[in-house]
Amino acid sequence: MTVRHHVSDELLLAYAAGTLEEGWRLAVATHLALCPDCRKRLSLMEDAGGQLLEEIAPEPALATSFERLRQRVLHEGAAARPSPAGTRSAAPARAASPVLPEPLRSYVGGDVETLKWKSLGRGAYHIPIKTDDGTTMVRLLRIPAGKPVPEHGHGGRELTLVLSGSFHDGEELFARGDLEEADANVQHQPVATPGEDCICLAVTDAPLKFRSWLVRLVQPVLGI
Amino acid sequence: MVIRHTVAAVTTCMTIAVPIPAPACPDIPIPKPRRDCAAGLRVNMKRARMSETARELTKDEARALLEAVGRDRDMAAFEALFRHYGPRIKAYMARLARDGSIAEELMQETMIAVWNKAAQFEPGRGNVSTWIFTIARNLRIDAYRKTRRPDFDPNDPAFVPDDTPPADAVVEERQEAERLRSAMAVLPQEQLELLRLSFFNDCSHSSIAETLNLPLGTVKSRIRLAFAKLRAALEDGQ
Ligand SMILES: [Zn+2]
Repeated sequence: MTVRHHVSDELLLAYAAGTLEEGWRLAVATHLALCPDCRKRLSLMEDAGGQLLEEIAPEPALATSFERLRQRVLHEGAAARPSPAGTRSAAPARAASPVLPEPLRSYVGGDVETLKWKSLGRGAYHIPIKTDDGTTMVRLLRIPAGKPVPEHGHGGRELTLVLSGSFHDGEELFARGDLEEADANVQHQPVATPGEDCICLAVTDAPLKFRSWLVRLVQPVLGI
Repeated sequence: MVIRHTVAAVTTCMTIAVPIPAPACPDIPIPKPRRDCAAGLRVNMKRARMSETARELTKDEARALLEAVGRDRDMAAFEALFRHYGPRIKAYMARLARDGSIAEELMQETMIAVWNKAAQFEPGRGNVSTWIFTIARNLRIDAYRKTRRPDFDPNDPAFVPDDTPPADAVVEERQEAERLRSAMAVLPQEQLELLRLSFFNDCSHSSIAETLNLPLGTVKSRIRLAFAKLRAALEDGQ
């Protein structure tokens, strides 16, 4: 699998710095699970963060700080030491690799075959995904094979991560792992590739600004 | 990533590790963060006269100390790491904390995580300052954002591993760190400033643009330029 459409520097920096809200972060983290190239770029950014930490003007710790720390690690440390091996992910690994990677799989509660899709009409389905940031709308979408979506403008930032199948947007093909990052200035006309439904994760700004193609698809159902 | 979460969880209040990081510990009341997107500009000015710590730790020394903590639970090594990193972590936390006691508290939590997690540090696969930065950052996110912190999980069967295994040699790691350090030292001030505001002050790029009275496009292009230079500097050395 070769990912062709990656996370932009700005978005990846926000991830590395920890400033991304949960909804956007979910899409970037899921792309990172599928994209060694972007993980390498992320490492460089985190190295830059570490270097900036080295150079920051230090803020003196309290005089009692280390003694308190010493007492704490002696008393809490032994009990709380985590295993170096880390932990296994929640959903059982079947022989085939899941379609939905972590962290997305845990957010929707299982892999694709366990999902309860809700019809949007015209052959499209969706599953809203709950996040707590209050500023994004996150959903899993299933676009029917070959189905075009009318051309339109955007109201805000929009991230679309392909998980299965593919879509074309103009000349560009987006397949598994590809992330389309669009903002208010972009006109696009995505069309699911014939032959297979396209499943993607879609994150948009919260409803106030809502004019994306994804939402247009959802509008008839939500009545917004 | 699960491993990072485990540490954050252990050091705050959660007891179980799950793939989706949990929200911050509700037991420590943390007031709303202070997001001052211009603060970095002022703070950096006084850098020259700040020298709490006796002298700088080299990367090799930091690595040796961290390994001693992980392997031998060496308290003297832990103290040396604390003397160097504690005040830096506190300064990082203070960029958002409204008062010093919160910054002190979050610094303590970070150092406890360093102690607990030291055995997991892989010397050939990252340097100590990066490792500590990511721990501090994750703790800060968990403290200030009341949401989960989704991260990828290298143990997930759907995770796509690296095509080429990362260079496992400490020597190579050291050279890369040195090249990055030199490349950052010659970054234009305006680019470096954007990186500091992004990493330290929890400012979105649009709020940075507003504060600095720059078009958002300019902020984005400076970020791209900065990382293009850093990437080029690392590739030159290979
Ligand atoms: Zn990528």
